[in-house]
Amino acid sequence: MLRILLNALRTGVVTTRYPAEPSVPPNRFRGMPVLLPGSSLPPPKVCPTGALSERLDAGRRHVALDLARCVFCGRCAEDPWAGAVTMGREFELAARTRADLRIEVVADDPAVPAAGRVTGPAAEPTPDADAEAARAASEIHRVLGRSLHLRHLDAGSCNACDWELAALLNPVYDVRRLGIDFVAAPRHADGVVVTGPVTRNLETAVRRTVEAIPEPRIVIAVGACAASGGIVGESYASAGGVDKVLPVDVYIPGCPPRPEAIIFGILVALGRLDARRLARE
Amino acid sequence: MDALRACVGGAVDAEVGPRPSDLTLRLGRTGDLPAAAAVLIGSHSMALATLVATDETATPDGDLKVRYVFEPTARGAADRFVTLLISVDAARPEVPSLTTAIPAANWHEREMQDLFGIVPIGHPDPRPLVVHDGWPRGVFPLRKAFDGSRRVPVEPADEFPHLIAEGEGVFEIPVGPIHAGIIEPGHFRLTSVGETVLHLDARLFYTHRGLEKRMEGLVPLDAFTIAERICGVCSVAHGMGYCEALEQIAGVEVPPRARLIRSIALELERIYNHVGDVGNVCAGAAFHYGTATGARLKERLQQMNERLAGNRFLRGLVVPGGVRLDLPDDLLRVLAITLQDTLIEFDSLMGRIEANPSVVDRLDDTGVLPHQAALDFAVTGVAARASGVDRDARRDHPHGAFAAPNAPELHVVTVAKGDAMARVTVRALEARESIRLVGEFVRRLEPGPLRVALAEPLPGGRIGIAAIESARGEAVHWLRTDALGRVERYHLRSPSYHNWPAVALAAETAIVPDFPLVNKSFELCYSCTDR
Repeated sequence: MLRILLNALRTGVVTTRYPAEPSVPPNRFRGMPVLLPGSSLPPPKVCPTGALSERLDAGRRHVALDLARCVFCGRCAEDPWAGAVTMGREFELAARTRADLRIEVVADDPAVPAAGRVTGPAAEPTPDADAEAARAASEIHRVLGRSLHLRHLDAGSCNACDWELAALLNPVYDVRRLGIDFVAAPRHADGVVVTGPVTRNLETAVRRTVEAIPEPRIVIAVGACAASGGIVGESYASAGGVDKVLPVDVYIPGCPPRPEAIIFGILVALGRLDARRLARE
Repeated sequence: MDALRACVGGAVDAEVGPRPSDLTLRLGRTGDLPAAAAVLIGSHSMALATLVATDETATPDGDLKVRYVFEPTARGAADRFVTLLISVDAARPEVPSLTTAIPAANWHEREMQDLFGIVPIGHPDPRPLVVHDGWPRGVFPLRKAFDGSRRVPVEPADEFPHLIAEGEGVFEIPVGPIHAGIIEPGHFRLTSVGETVLHLDARLFYTHRGLEKRMEGLVPLDAFTIAERICGVCSVAHGMGYCEALEQIAGVEVPPRARLIRSIALELERIYNHVGDVGNVCAGAAFHYGTATGARLKERLQQMNERLAGNRFLRGLVVPGGVRLDLPDDLLRVLAITLQDTLIEFDSLMGRIEANPSVVDRLDDTGVLPHQAALDFAVTGVAARASGVDRDARRDHPHGAFAAPNAPELHVVTVAKGDAMARVTVRALEARESIRLVGEFVRRLEPGPLRVALAEPLPGGRIGIAAIESARGEAVHWLRTDALGRVERYHLRSPSYHNWPAVALAAETAIVPDFPLVNKSFELCYSCTDR
């Protein structure tokens, strides 16, 4: 017992300060792909999950990227398109609609700026870290009274998103410090985080679990499969994304999204819950 | 071969393949299958490695084919797969069931029945496995004529017939498919008397995503993105297995540096899994210091993965033909320091676990998997080695850097006892061995190319087969290209596929509150079982 206490003391505090302080992923991290307008962008068939699309408008080639479908494999940023697409390090990508996850550029004209989601940090870094942490906590308190309780629902994921959700409870991310926790019963939950594309064999269980969560509830689709069907798509075995089965409040892109990207998405969802509660009142 | 010819009535055609060291035996009559399998299992002490059905009704053969792939189990046996190939009449798709003689064939045959409509005659438990309630009768999703991209209406269905024990004082405890924690979905029907588990009926395949069908018709590079994502925590192993099968078809040799980097990644995957799994076993035994420490060490390893590969699950490192990213010296230094620190802290954690009677009491003699049962079910990986089965695909089917001439020697860890403690012990020793191996691989790194180009299109009609030792055990990948060099059929037999029946068996020696602990000590994947 004494050794356990000594070890714990020796280890010290390992918890991250995110979201109070910004997090910088390592150099090789593959975050949001950045499409350079005007350069020769890859054709859609380069993307194995169909995240890239193109259309001709007034003779000009528009190339669009759907972040909900992207699995961040980096193939569109390999030669010969390495100059046209680079894998950026931005990971705070959660959005409230699928449309917000779409980036479109005109391939042949550098003068036209990118449309849709504009590159740049969604959460402005704040000068005062403690104030930001306090703000997050007070937001949860104001909206939910005490804390945000989420239920996890595996709707056919490969388990990677699930492990990242589990990582939120490890000593490094420790989301309980933000007033967020995962609960066992849907009846105790304010919302649900869904991973996976909703398989045929789970569709009934998914519906029933979500129906058991009291209103107003939030539904957060975590990862490419939940957000769009991802690598699975729509098939005999899969609905092709959570929003084919249930209304989704927040989409978190990634394959899987890193834990801090999920924290960011949950904070985006909090704003959503707030808006809905006001509407009811 | 002669023994085989002697005991079957029909013709046997032998040919070399899929690999030069392998043998494919084409049986003239399906009725000869049980006798031929008995020879392989009995006289040659082989085990069922995988079973692959294919729909060839649109080819000149006009039939369905089933391949029963066996592998040797004897220590020191050559790396060889022996395939029994039978042709099945599409008008009367029936084959004799092997399950009563070879328990490991159980799920394979049920899956073949669900997805191909090939009926294993005489199967003791022919309930549906992969398709669940409401799937229309007579619709077989892996037949070529079936359009996999459309959703199929759910039909009214009766309740699934669970296998349960009955009698006075017998309780039935349904668990799942949605569980109380952040874990994957599966349904467990426990029947118990008091706290003692009488029987466990596990129903899985809730996460069946139809990925094998999804990959068909894709160019192999696109299909790789899916193979790498069949399972989160086996991303390197499955990505690498698919690549090795593909590279056999393409007839290319992966450069030595790429082989070493692949093997480093495979060991890193094993290390973060094993370290995290030991922590999770502590959660099952209510030892929170152990849980938190395991989670913290795993987190540090995954952060290192992100520095090395740009992804916390090491996705995007392995690619067909080699690796996409190099490991330069500065990252190798990060790797060495992180692993050294992990080793010290992990040893300390194991010390605390072993010195804690309340944890050891929970683990000792809990969830025993007997040696013979491990052999009968062709159990693999940690679960097999903790029951005294000396098998490891890194040695028995060398892959990655182990297939190179100057490969380091692998010390395969076995423990005889077969209980939860044995599985924790094997994991701990293997994590240490993996850390040592990473050092050996790094020492062998020489400058050189990272990737070879694969011909485009790939040769048609060829088969590739690869066995990879993932963190959970041996995974067998089977891949065949079509005439245009695209994926014609891909099948993954994951280690968990063979190990789940062992969990059900081991749970029957436990009490109900120990079931989560037994389950965690096996630590199996649902997603790569269900695909």
